[in-house]
Amino acid sequence: MFRIQAIAIVTSILFLLYIVRLIIKGKLREEYSIVWIICTVVLILFSFWRSGLDVVSNLVGVYSPPNMVFIAAIFAIFIYLLHLSVVISKLQSQNKQLAQHIALLKEQMGK
Amino acid sequence: MSKIAAIVPAYNEEKAIASVVNNINALAQSLKIDITVVVVNDCSRDSTPLIVGKLNCVLLDLPVNLGIGGAVQTGFKYAFQNGFDYAIQIDGDGQHPASEIPILLNAMLENNHDIVIGSRFISKEGFQSSAVRRLGINYFKWLNRFLVGEIINDSTSGFRIINKKTLKIVSEIYPDEYPEPEAIILYSLNKLKIGEVSVKMIERQGGVSSIGATSSIYYMFKVSLAIIYTFIRIKFKK
Repeated sequence: MFRIQAIAIVTSILFLLYIVRLIIKGKLREEYSIVWIICTVVLILFSFWRSGLDVVSNLVGVYSPPNMVFIAAIFAIFIYLLHLSVVISKLQSQNKQLAQHIALLKEQMGK
Repeated sequence: MSKIAAIVPAYNEEKAIASVVNNINALAQSLKIDITVVVVNDCSRDSTPLIVGKLNCVLLDLPVNLGIGGAVQTGFKYAFQNGFDYAIQIDGDGQHPASEIPILLNAMLENNHDIVIGSRFISKEGFQSSAVRRLGINYFKWLNRFLVGEIINDSTSGFRIINKKTLKIVSEIYPDEYPEPEAIILYSLNKLKIGEVSVKMIERQGGVSSIGATSSIYYMFKVSLAIIYTFIRIKFKK
């Protein structure tokens, strides 16, 4: 086993444990943790299965396996950022409705 | 007698708000029409809510700043829930003189419109806004005509009257940030009849425009996008 492989495995597992800890402490909602858990599992998988990267790169026709890693990672980050924008938009709309409701209720109570 | 709500969104308008409210009340009294002034305080940082609290009007106090669209919609919700027949939107900075309210109201009653917009540009009297702003307004005029075939000369005018049918729609859906041009698309896609009458406007008495010089490009871009999305959303839902 190569040294870098060991480092990758340990880091990934620590990361997974940290995510689990955040969920247990209620700081991360389960629905947002799914993507992180999947990412970490993929990382762990490729840490053990070193030739896997070459196999996948060959399969999709990427010549250099490291490029495959970058493309996959950047794509995943973009998708997740978009997902966060959707979440924020939803929060903003709910926040607006709440604020309006409070203003109307305050007026009613003042009568 | 029909009940009218005059919705005045106010954000840091301590200088102008009292005279705006008092002018509307004075007009209602002299013409014997039933107008309730509804001031929506959009989380002002100055003494606007304190001043408004002492005036003869309803105060809707937003706990967070929602921007003009969210503030006006709060007023629409109030008017709809309390069974008002008409709602007039009047800026809190004194740009829209209360004396022009009867013009809007009459245009609405005579022509059976669902919305009447007070326009600066039909007879070109009074305060005409800056050249850049007018360029933007012409662009929106073109965009609206292109998408829904509606010709509105002053699509950024916030001086409007709407009836009960429109109130029901806008209390559910109303655009957020720069709502005026976008609302026109919303209205025409909901098959509402939009009218436009000439009114005089005066230069703002206090406060600053919600659209600064640097943000006008963002404004054009954002509103264009919003208009196109509103168009697609409503057009293809049916």
